Amino acid sequence: MRDQLAKIKEEAVAALEAARDLEQLNEVRVKFLGKKGLLTGVLRGMGGLSAEERPVIGQLANEVRAYLEEQLETRQESLKSAGKESRLLVETIDVTLPGQPVVLGKMHPLTTVLEEIKDIFMGLGFTIEEGPEVETDYYNFEALNLPKDHPARDMQDSFYITAETLLRTHTSPVQPRTMERLAPRVPVKAIAPGKVYRRDDDATHSPMFHQVEGFIIDKGITFADLKGVLLTFVQQMFGADREIRLRPSFFPFTEPSAEVDVSCIMCNGAGCRVCSQTGWLEILGSGMMHPRVLEMSGYDPKEVTGFAFGMGVERIAMLKYGIDDLRLLFENDLRFLAQF
Amino acid sequence: MRVSYKWLKEYVDLSQTTPQELADKMTMSGVAVEHLEDLGEGIKNIVTGRLAKIEKHPDADKLQICQVDAGTGELLQIVTGAANVREGQVVPVALVGAELPSGLKIKRSKLRGVESLGMLCSGKELGLDEKSLAEESQGGILILPADTPIGKDIKEVLGLDDVVLELELTPNRADCLSMVGVAQEVAAVLGVEFHPPMIEVKETEDNIEGLARVDIVDTDLCKRYVARIFRNVKTAPSPQWMQQRLRAAGMRPISNIVDITNYVMLEMGQPLHAFDYDTLGGQQIIVRRAVPGEELVTLDNSVRKLEPEMLVIADAKAPVGLAGVMGGLDSEVTDETKTILLESAYFDGACIRRTSRKLGLGSEASKRFEKGIDLGGCVRAADRAAQLMVELGAGEIVRGVIDICVTSVEDKVINLSLERVGLILGIEIPKDNVVNILKGLGFGVEDQGAQLVVKVPTRRNDITLEEDLVEEVARLYGYNNIPTTLPDGPTTQGARTYGQQVHDLIRKTILSCGLTEVLTLSFSNQKLLDNLRIPQDDSQRRAVVLQNPLSEEQNMLRTTLIPGLLEVTARNFARRVKDIAIFELGNTFEPTTEGKLPVEHLTLAGMALGQTAQNWQGKPVTMDFYYLKGIVEALFTALGLTGVSYAAEKSNPSFHPGRTAKVLVKGEEIGIIGQLHPDVAENFDLSGEVYAFQLAADKLVEKADLVKKYRSLPRFPGMERDMAFVVARDVEAARILEIIRANGGDLLQDVTIFDLYQGQQIKEGYKSMAFSLKYQAPDRTLTDEEVNQVQAGIEAKLAEEVGAQLRG
Repeated sequence: MRDQLAKIKEEAVAALEAARDLEQLNEVRVKFLGKKGLLTGVLRGMGGLSAEERPVIGQLANEVRAYLEEQLETRQESLKSAGKESRLLVETIDVTLPGQPVVLGKMHPLTTVLEEIKDIFMGLGFTIEEGPEVETDYYNFEALNLPKDHPARDMQDSFYITAETLLRTHTSPVQPRTMERLAPRVPVKAIAPGKVYRRDDDATHSPMFHQVEGFIIDKGITFADLKGVLLTFVQQMFGADREIRLRPSFFPFTEPSAEVDVSCIMCNGAGCRVCSQTGWLEILGSGMMHPRVLEMSGYDPKEVTGFAFGMGVERIAMLKYGIDDLRLLFENDLRFLAQF
Repeated sequence: MRVSYKWLKEYVDLSQTTPQELADKMTMSGVAVEHLEDLGEGIKNIVTGRLAKIEKHPDADKLQICQVDAGTGELLQIVTGAANVREGQVVPVALVGAELPSGLKIKRSKLRGVESLGMLCSGKELGLDEKSLAEESQGGILILPADTPIGKDIKEVLGLDDVVLELELTPNRADCLSMVGVAQEVAAVLGVEFHPPMIEVKETEDNIEGLARVDIVDTDLCKRYVARIFRNVKTAPSPQWMQQRLRAAGMRPISNIVDITNYVMLEMGQPLHAFDYDTLGGQQIIVRRAVPGEELVTLDNSVRKLEPEMLVIADAKAPVGLAGVMGGLDSEVTDETKTILLESAYFDGACIRRTSRKLGLGSEASKRFEKGIDLGGCVRAADRAAQLMVELGAGEIVRGVIDICVTSVEDKVINLSLERVGLILGIEIPKDNVVNILKGLGFGVEDQGAQLVVKVPTRRNDITLEEDLVEEVARLYGYNNIPTTLPDGPTTQGARTYGQQVHDLIRKTILSCGLTEVLTLSFSNQKLLDNLRIPQDDSQRRAVVLQNPLSEEQNMLRTTLIPGLLEVTARNFARRVKDIAIFELGNTFEPTTEGKLPVEHLTLAGMALGQTAQNWQGKPVTMDFYYLKGIVEALFTALGLTGVSYAAEKSNPSFHPGRTAKVLVKGEEIGIIGQLHPDVAENFDLSGEVYAFQLAADKLVEKADLVKKYRSLPRFPGMERDMAFVVARDVEAARILEIIRANGGDLLQDVTIFDLYQGQQIKEGYKSMAFSLKYQAPDRTLTDEEVNQVQAGIEAKLAEEVGAQLRG
């Protein structure tokens, strides 16, 4: 019986070694250690043994069982980890293949620039005002100190709907509209972004384009403040090392009036093709609010002063992105829009 | 305005500046110089020479051999092809080594074997306007006056040794439409003295009184009318110096009389008109509105129908000129004219503007009247013309001036407070500076301590308010010398309004769903609506119409965004972009009653054609009805919009009758989604299935609910049950969902459709649908029995109402 046990042990150890996976290992376990297994068979035959031999063989059998169970466990562990590894190996993928595409729509570059302008001015405490695209002659012209037959009306060729209504030629009419609503309260700090229309259609003009108007009314607002606000805007929009330059100009609704140039963002003021070798780019019209404009919309020019400015969004977008053809902005070629 | 630098020197000392420096300073102080033009640019080594001898070329019929004395000490042999040369003439000679504006360089050459040491030049070759030349010089060599000294630089002789400053004037600076106005400005900018022209009139013994009579009938349109009369008029070409100045200013010399009127207009800014006195009926001038039916043959020989809003100059019988716009042919000064009546008047700018626009007649004169001339300068201008008439020997001056003025002509007096200057500009400018600036501009200044009393001459009609004076001070002090500060009032809060927040949320949500934003023009036309198959009586046909569109394609404002998106889709499709997913957020326009502004509806529209992005893992998804509907649903979720439903829309002619839905929120229609009708796609040169949606974004703002509130999470487990049944194909999912929800009681939390099948194994005309139902109670764990009961109830209702047969 001793020999029998030794043989089982030997065979079992060999079988454990030979088992290639957990399934085979289980077969080995059933064959040798199961309820109907070989070791149990041996123990069942113990009845024929003498009283002295029985405990000796019994102990031996138990030792073999313990040993085999230990070996089985070890083998099981090693087969388990080997199996995991091989599975991971099989599961390997090509991590350089592209991911599941998530398509993000692109915001139109003009909207992006408009959003940026709005954010800058909101940071400076401006609210955002709106007005209709079809305007009355009163708000588009008269309330801005542009009476009928004023030669300055020639500066803006308008699309008329009726004798008294037209497509607004600038976002400035939002100025009197807002003032009428708020007068005589101060301070007023607002911008008015939106679409505007002029009868012009060529390589550098679109009959529809975008402007942002801005204005402040308060006690003690000065031309120096206008310069400060515009410099802040320009530096946030185009970079902290930008400078501005103001040139006297004329707008019927401001007095004094100024064109505002920014040091060329392409050449830093050295002179290049974009700035026509001047080192400066014209980007804004501005000035102190004309006393008549204040007065017409309910403010007393003796009590408060204000300034206003207006900028073309297309121009700023073109400068910012280096776009050299205005028409691209309204062609909506998806290959163009995908670039932003 | 073109300003000759040489001419300008007559009034101001420019010896300390260059044209470029002057241009820069003027630009930075408000009178922008757009461009500097060197009149003699490209001309080198061209001198005057006398044709001493001319012979025929022995071997060429059309060539002549000239011996030219160009002051070099010897005769130069030059071969020319021009036919208008004669011995003794003085002409421009390009010497060997000369350069012409065209870039041509003159070399020693041989023409048909004869040596030529230069070239005789035509006016054109020197950059002159051929038509402005004397007849004998047209089409040939430029013939100079016989007394021209020889060997002189041609630039000097022709006045091409000059630079023209092209001013880009703002509409308020009408005073700079004259040389003296510009000179006054330059004097102020440079801080030098201004020397106005000295005017002296040598009159004859006669008196103008009794010779003519002037009446202003419509005094609202003519404030002043000044007349002078010249006798013994002799027309002739004007002298070279005058011609050169006219040319530099961009005008064509014509004859001494016309040139004098133009010259004075350029110098003083006052348009003048010369009438042939003997043609004036009754020797009378009447300034009045035209009478309906009146006609006038203008100088350009066309018959003009006059309207009562036009101002005319009439004689006793009929109109003889359109005031400020163009003279009449019958009263034109000709070579036979003996006596001239010269008009120097002030006409209403708005009237002149309307008339010149109406007739399409714009001129240097009308431009000046429109912008406003110097009411105080009419007599001076007439006197200046009189002076030149005598100086040029063009006529004699009848003594006296007729001056009818219906308003007072006085310098404007404006008080300027130094405190106000500081308040507006944000810097204290010393009084001395302010005074010097104003005096430099030719204003009278009286110092009253804290206040200056400023007298503004009539030529500066742009200055009417204290603020205008502040601008004058600021611009000449230098905008860039004013400090940079920030407003120091109370802090204000910048914020978007609720509506603006919703607009932004709409845009961001649609963008994150993969549609790209486009911006199209707001214009449209009825043809586009034809292409959309929109019926003639449809409300979208009622559009805001433009009175003066740029083209028929842009003659109205859009009532829908769909055509714009279709055009963008078609354009991209034609450029081989096959998969297109776009949207636009913009206004559509609805006309209202006469006299009121149109209603502007913020509108959102999207369009898709093709497939989603290609992917190696599986098939791309076709962007169909459900693709776009998913985006619309995501938008509604983002906006917190509830009560949304979709109803099949079978009768919208723009859309596919079987693949289109109205979008409703709580029963109100707010938009449409569907496949565009194949004919519509075809009308826009598109093939394939084009899907689109359009929603009233202003309604979305109204119905959105962005307020978020927390609800406690369920504490007891819920239960999920599936349900599958067969139902007739035409039963809509919405109807089934409605029945399920209506009968699910409080326990039913959610229901989703997870399978739809029609085809084999399912009876013809039927479909199989599978739903997943989620049950939940807030206060207990549900039992199988109670859920079974609800399920059974739902199943029974479905069988009853839509004949749904449960699948095993």
